Amino acid sequence: MRVTTTVNGTERTADDVWPGESLLFLLRERLGLPGAKNACEQGECGSCTVYLDGEPVCACLVAAGQATGREVTTVEGLAEGGRLHPVQEAFVEAGAVQCGFCTPGLVVMASDLLERVPEPSDPEIREALAGNLCRCTGYEKILDAVRLAAARQAAR
Amino acid sequence: MTTTEATARQTGRIGESAQRPDGTLKVTGEYAYASDLWHDDMVWGVTLRSPHPSARIRRIDVAEALTVPGVTAVLTADDVPGENAYGLEHADSPVLAADVVRYVGEPVALVAADHPETARRAAARIRVDYEVLPALTDPRRALDDDAPRVHPGGNLVRHQRLRRGDPDPTAPVVVSLDFCVGMQDQAFLGPESGLAVPAEDGGVDLYVATQWLHIDQRQVCLALGMPPEKVRLTLAGVGGAFGGREDLSVHVHACLLALRTGRPVKMSYGREESFYGHVHRHPATMTYEFGAERDGTLVYARAHVLLDGGAYASSTAAVVGNAGLLGLGPYRIPSVAVDAYGVFTNNPPCGAMRGFGCVQAAFAHEALMDELADAVGVDPVEIRRRNGLREGERTITGQAVDSPAPVAELLQRVADLPLPPPADTADIRSLPGAVGNTTHGEGVRRGVGYAVTMKNVGFSEGFDDYSTARVRLQVTGGEAVASVHTAAAEVGQGLVTVQQQIARTELGVERVVVVPADTTVGSAGSTSASRQTYVTGGAVQAACGAVRTAVLQRAAVALGLSPAALRLDGDKVVGSSGEVLADLAEVLGGDAVEETVEWRHRPTHAVDPETGQGDAHVQFAFSAHRAVVDVDVELGLVKVVALDTAQDVGKAINPDAVVGQIHGGSAQGMGLALMEEVVVTDGHVRNPSFTDYLLPTVLDVPPMRVEVLEYADPHAPYGVRGVGEPPTISSGPAVAAAVRAATGRPLRRVPIRPEHITGT
Amino acid sequence: MDFLQPSSWDDALAARAERPDALPIAGGTDVMVELNFDRRRPGALLDLTRVPELREWTLADGVVRLGAGVPYARVIGELGDRLPGLAMAARTVGSPQIRARGTVGGNLGSASPAGDAHPPLLAAGAQVELVSAARGARRVPVADFFAGVKRSVLEPDELIAAVLVPEAAGPQQYCKVGTRNAMVIAVSAFALALHPDRQEVGTGIGSAAPTPRRAPEAGQFLAGELNWAARTPLPETLAAEFGRRVADAASPIDDVRGSAAYRRHSLAVMARRAATWAWDDLRRAA
Repeated sequence: MRVTTTVNGTERTADDVWPGESLLFLLRERLGLPGAKNACEQGECGSCTVYLDGEPVCACLVAAGQATGREVTTVEGLAEGGRLHPVQEAFVEAGAVQCGFCTPGLVVMASDLLERVPEPSDPEIREALAGNLCRCTGYEKILDAVRLAAARQAAR
Repeated sequence: MTTTEATARQTGRIGESAQRPDGTLKVTGEYAYASDLWHDDMVWGVTLRSPHPSARIRRIDVAEALTVPGVTAVLTADDVPGENAYGLEHADSPVLAADVVRYVGEPVALVAADHPETARRAAARIRVDYEVLPALTDPRRALDDDAPRVHPGGNLVRHQRLRRGDPDPTAPVVVSLDFCVGMQDQAFLGPESGLAVPAEDGGVDLYVATQWLHIDQRQVCLALGMPPEKVRLTLAGVGGAFGGREDLSVHVHACLLALRTGRPVKMSYGREESFYGHVHRHPATMTYEFGAERDGTLVYARAHVLLDGGAYASSTAAVVGNAGLLGLGPYRIPSVAVDAYGVFTNNPPCGAMRGFGCVQAAFAHEALMDELADAVGVDPVEIRRRNGLREGERTITGQAVDSPAPVAELLQRVADLPLPPPADTADIRSLPGAVGNTTHGEGVRRGVGYAVTMKNVGFSEGFDDYSTARVRLQVTGGEAVASVHTAAAEVGQGLVTVQQQIARTELGVERVVVVPADTTVGSAGSTSASRQTYVTGGAVQAACGAVRTAVLQRAAVALGLSPAALRLDGDKVVGSSGEVLADLAEVLGGDAVEETVEWRHRPTHAVDPETGQGDAHVQFAFSAHRAVVDVDVELGLVKVVALDTAQDVGKAINPDAVVGQIHGGSAQGMGLALMEEVVVTDGHVRNPSFTDYLLPTVLDVPPMRVEVLEYADPHAPYGVRGVGEPPTISSGPAVAAAVRAATGRPLRRVPIRPEHITGT
Repeated sequence: MDFLQPSSWDDALAARAERPDALPIAGGTDVMVELNFDRRRPGALLDLTRVPELREWTLADGVVRLGAGVPYARVIGELGDRLPGLAMAARTVGSPQIRARGTVGGNLGSASPAGDAHPPLLAAGAQVELVSAARGARRVPVADFFAGVKRSVLEPDELIAAVLVPEAAGPQQYCKVGTRNAMVIAVSAFALALHPDRQEVGTGIGSAAPTPRRAPEAGQFLAGELNWAARTPLPETLAAEFGRRVADAASPIDDVRGSAAYRRHSLAVMARRAATWAWDDLRRAA
């Protein structure tokens, strides 16, 4: 089947999509956007988090066809004009990236949190990021990064 | 220690927290992990695996699978052109099972097709006629005479004996216990993946996520029956490893399919297949006994350790070595008797995982240390301080510890950290059970626990442990640029950053490019055993030194000065008092200066097979943990409140990255203590998913303070000490001790499940 | 496999009737896992996310009619005051990403004994509205909806339209045990709803029987013992006896997530605590 969806502001079409395919597969293997990651494909790790019509979702749990006519924003679409999103910048600076496989999902999720809650408490950050597993960092520097991005946002 | 400087640092020499060169690519989604690879005209490979723990293959019929439209190849053992065997220490694993299968998940056949779903449907049509055989799934039965033989040579992989001191010691205080450790999974987030591209010369180029390109290459060549020049490996982006990528996964399979189809082949496991596609941490059954004076000073120790190696050898023998030779912790013990066994069963194969044999043993010796503290009436910190190894003393293998061994100080450091405040009962997120809303403070008891460890760094027991670095200095765009080329696998730990920092330091240049790791340069050894900063760091340092010598020689000739009077700094050649004598770019001109160095640490030695005595290790690394937990003792739910570490790293090449390693390692140890277990029943994995194999979330891992000590090891480059593994070893036992302290229960098994705490 | 994407409720019902081999999909949080893990290959997917009627909730006569396609995030954000037990349960579902997509209708459709929405719906006395093109709508008490492990009374030509949940008349609680502090499938779960208006205690048990179920005898026992008029403190012995009776109502199994004995034990503890919290809330409200 054919799927047409808007990804990072551009309308994209893919043909011969198997109806059982996920949005994640569509993005990664058909649209050349492998930023969302394939770590568990069961909604348990958050590595594939993308915005779907403005809401963060696990792309592995969205059937490709369900994205028809919707707006998808992936981690590749966060930086604007060659400038990193403040959350991306903070992740690099805070040392929140090790292997980095969880990073794209966390960056999307953290950016969503800061849009909704500009100055989150630590428990709020933890509850918001509880669906994003990281195996390398023990989360400490990820929390540092979110705090850093929030502080910079507040200072602006 | 977790504060972060807010300024961007694209530079940085050793000792500075330089930023990762791949950080921006990773936060933007552009970093190419193995599963992101894509090639025009590629097909997808999938694996058909055994559903039985033990069976004879009578017949495999692939005819129906071949008729599925879109299928380009179906392969079985008959299609393996070289030796149908691979393995890290013993080539005992079939590339594809030929006559028998020995565990659930063993690869039996391969399919390539134009879409993964096509390949899966075709794989489902392969008919394998199995004769199910009796399976050996209880490792405690493995050495019985009447146990089924997993391999013709019997079920023993290795027995490591260790005998020291009085063969028949007695002591006024004797404590003992049995302890079991469940099977842990590395659970790296990036699943096993690779892309094999057939080459015009009849060979193949393999892009794959791994920990050691050259040992992979050797095994792939053997299976393909090809020389190394025809099988070229390049490291694809690695999404974590933790030991689970030491053994082959997709490597040979993807190459076989690529060579058969003549097309690029991508293989990428899903999470369930990943649980079958790599080895796990060995489950352990242990019996320990300590004899001590009335003041708690250890007199003797006895230990019996049984590790379930599963169906194939992998690195079981080396893990047994560690469990035996390091299985009594960082303590001074005059008389010792240890027997460590690794056995074959029809369970999933076990092998390397961060901590490598020390993790299992530490749960037992640290629990027993607390028993001893209780028995003699001293606190857990004091009992460990009293018995802790010191520099100049000998380990249980008789090896002299010839660099700092600050066991007592590490314990004191964590003990001196402030304790966290009581739980905030107004916010359920800070209580055991969190938003599960199972307590508002009812039944919650606090406990504190301590543990300490000693881990060998690098490969031990006489292994030729080396790394190769090629460093090149040349002018690009008017600037001197160093490029560092090694085959060392960056798996997330930050070795690429360390390589840049060393080159900047040694060559006085700002711009350093780390060339992608591949097999066109010599082996770097494995990214494991906490060894890469030491060994590949040493190789890069040495290669930079050789380049510097050559460059200074050129400068000396040009300047008419002695090379001994010259240094490289700030992209300049400077004199002994720092005066600028020449631009480095001018000295280089159009030439490139390149040196390749194969670098070895000082040799280690095999131990005596009867007594386990010998200088087996090149270096020891030490860490101590203090865990603070709140336990809902009625429901058996645990909230770790604090998990603080003190660790001696010798020299922190990159302080932020060091702390990041310690955080991550601590979280993995905590996971094993509380929730992570591959549950295997009758040879079948019952929870091959992230729904039921539970990794700690950000609501489980507490704030972690880290005290980094830097007592240089005089034998190591820059004085570094391996960092990655110790925190994974001492954190879990500290958490378990804290839960015991909170509950008053003995808790002799990890992961500790709620029902162990409640007794239901 | 086909992909059916109706944009109205009538079209969805027609598609359902025509294609008994179609698998309805809403948030995808169960269905996509089954597809990704190669557990299920239905003849078609019936995407319900384009049916506007399913994404609404309305209030009439003290009953919330919750469209089957309303995601958990909205239950938490919009219905926390009216349906506190369901909102508490919704907060424990997976992660924020899952709660943005997963729906109560989908939870009922999967009919897992571990579904988080089920215990509070049982405790509240909710009804499920099932509709087929041929026979129209019928309402089934949620207690009668589950037919076995992952089975319900939903007919092959029916879709779940909505769940009807009475507004809370008194305090509600939801407790869920899992072996980590977030993102976990219930090892056991318990929901309690006090109905001071009719002096009843509603209960719901999760993950401790082949289906989600109530503990009616325990509820009647507690309702009979409570001093509804004076609202005197709940004696600990009474709360504990209630807990024991809730545990007795379960018929759990041993599995990879927990033992049967632990499930019973934890239910007793959760029921005792939940009853105490809810009763204390009621006393404070007086």
